[in-house]
Amino acid sequence: MSTTLKNLTLKVWRQTGPDSKGHFESHTIDEITDEASFLEMLDILNERLISEGKEAVVFDHDCREGICGTCSLMINGQAHGPERGTATCQLHMRKFTSGDTIVIEPWRASAFPIVRDLMVDRSAFDRIVESGGFITAATGGAPDANLIPIPKPVADASMDAAQCIGCGACVAACPNGAANLFTAAKISHLNLLPQGQAERFSRVENMVETMDDYFGSCTNHGECEAACPKEISIDMIALMNADYRKAKVKNRKQLARS
Amino acid sequence: MAMSQTLQRGPVSGTATSRTTSRRPFLLDLYATAVGKKYVMAVTGIIGILFIIGHMVGNLKAYIGLVEEADGTMAYDLDVYAHFLRELLVPIVPHGYALWGLRLGLIAALVLHLHAAWSLTVLNRKARPVRYQSSRDYQVASFASRSMRMTGILVVLFIAWHLADLTWGWVNPGYEYGEVYRNLDASLSRLPVAILYIVANIALGTHLFHGIWSLFQSMGWNNPRFNRWRRGLATGIATIVVVGNVSFPIMTLAGVISHPSV
Repeated sequence: MSTTLKNLTLKVWRQTGPDSKGHFESHTIDEITDEASFLEMLDILNERLISEGKEAVVFDHDCREGICGTCSLMINGQAHGPERGTATCQLHMRKFTSGDTIVIEPWRASAFPIVRDLMVDRSAFDRIVESGGFITAATGGAPDANLIPIPKPVADASMDAAQCIGCGACVAACPNGAANLFTAAKISHLNLLPQGQAERFSRVENMVETMDDYFGSCTNHGECEAACPKEISIDMIALMNADYRKAKVKNRKQLARS
Repeated sequence: MAMSQTLQRGPVSGTATSRTTSRRPFLLDLYATAVGKKYVMAVTGIIGILFIIGHMVGNLKAYIGLVEEADGTMAYDLDVYAHFLRELLVPIVPHGYALWGLRLGLIAALVLHLHAAWSLTVLNRKARPVRYQSSRDYQVASFASRSMRMTGILVVLFIAWHLADLTWGWVNPGYEYGEVYRNLDASLSRLPVAILYIVANIALGTHLFHGIWSLFQSMGWNNPRFNRWRRGLATGIATIVVVGNVSFPIMTLAGVISHPSV
C-alpha cells in the first residue's frame, strides 16, 4: 500500500561551477508517493523547475539499480542517505516522513571538484586504478573453468572487494576525505587471487602512492564501511596496509619464494 | 607470412602509468606516504602503551608502603623501585645509562608520533578544504575516534606538567630528589592537582580506547580468528590503565598514600 508524503522541504546545494560560491536553495514538495525513489523525486522537482523556466538541479545518475556507481548525494549528513547498503538510486521516499526537511549536498573532497550543483568529478579514482588496478597479461582465449584452483573462501573474499562500484561514498563519508576503502577494494580483488600475484606488490605500491596524491589519510573511524552501498569491509584496508608493508621489504627478484 | 609474425602490442590499458619518481632510502620512502606514517603512529603507539602499562604497574608499589632493606633500615618500596631503575643493567652499562636509553627511546617515539599526527592532520585538512555545509550524521565514528587530536594534545600537555611536578619538582612544594613516595603525596594531596591527574588520565584512556584498536588496522593485523578480540583488548588495556592511574590521586586524598613529613 502506498501512501503519500506531504510538505517536504528540500534544501538543495546550488553551485554554478567549480570555482563559484554555492548556496542552499529551498524547495517544497507538496505531495509525493512513498514509492518514488529519491532520484525520481528530484526528477519531479526538475520537471517543475523547467516548466517554471528555472535551471534544473544537476545531479549524477545512470543505471538507477545500484550497480553503476554514478549517483552520489550527501542526504541529511549521510552518504547515499539513511538506507544501509544501497546507493541513492535505491533509496525510496518511504524512508522519510511528511513534513521532513531533507538537506542535499554534493560529495566534498578536494579530489572531487564540484562540476555543478550536486555533480562532482570523480576522475581521481581513475588515476588510482590506472596505476595498478588491472592485470598486465595476455589472457588468450577463455580458459577452462576451474583450470586454476581457487578456494571458495578466497573467491568469496575477492568478490566482496570486487563489488566496489567506485561511487565515492567512502571518501564523502570519511571525516578525513580518505580513499582507503576504494583503493583497498581495487587492490584486494586482484591481490587475493592467484592471477593477481605477479603484480601484487608493485600494484599495492603504485596504487597507494597515487592515492596519496589526491586524498586524506585513514584514521579508522569506520564511516566508509557504514556508507558503502556494497558494504565493503574495512578488513580490505587492513589487507592493503599489510601488503604495502610487505611491498616495501620484499625482495622482488624472489617473489615466488614466499 | 602469418606463421612468422610475432604478437606486438603495448600495455593492456592505454592509460596505464607507472610512477617514475626516484625513490628515497627505504624507511624514508615508507614514511613519505600516509599509510607509512600510520605504521609509525602504530609502532610508536605500541611503545607508548608498553611504557604506560609499565609506569602504572611500577606506581602500584606505592601501595606496598614501607619495606625492610637488606641492611635493616626501612624504606618506601616506591623509592626502592625508583633507585633500582637507575641501577638497571649495571654493571653491563654504568649507573643511570639504561634508564636514559629507555628515556631517549620514549622521546624519539613521542616526537615521531607527534610529527606523523601533525603531517597527517595537514594532509586531511587539504583533502577537504571546503567542509560540509550541513551537519554530518556520523554512523559509527565514536567519540574516542573523533577526539584523538584533542585527547592527544591533552596528554602531551599533561606529560609536561607531570615532568615538572614529579621529575623536576618545579611545581611541587618541598620537592626532595629521590623521595618519590613523599613527592607523590605532596603533589596529589592538592585537590586541583588531583583533579588534573584524573581528567588527564581519562583523556589518556579515551585515546587508548581508539588507538589500540586502530593500530591493528594500521599495521594490517586483521584475521577473522582474532578480530573480535581487538576491541576487547583496547577496552581492557584502557580500563586497567585508567583505573590504576586514577586510583593514585583518589587514594592520596583518602589518606591511603600518606607520608609522615607531608
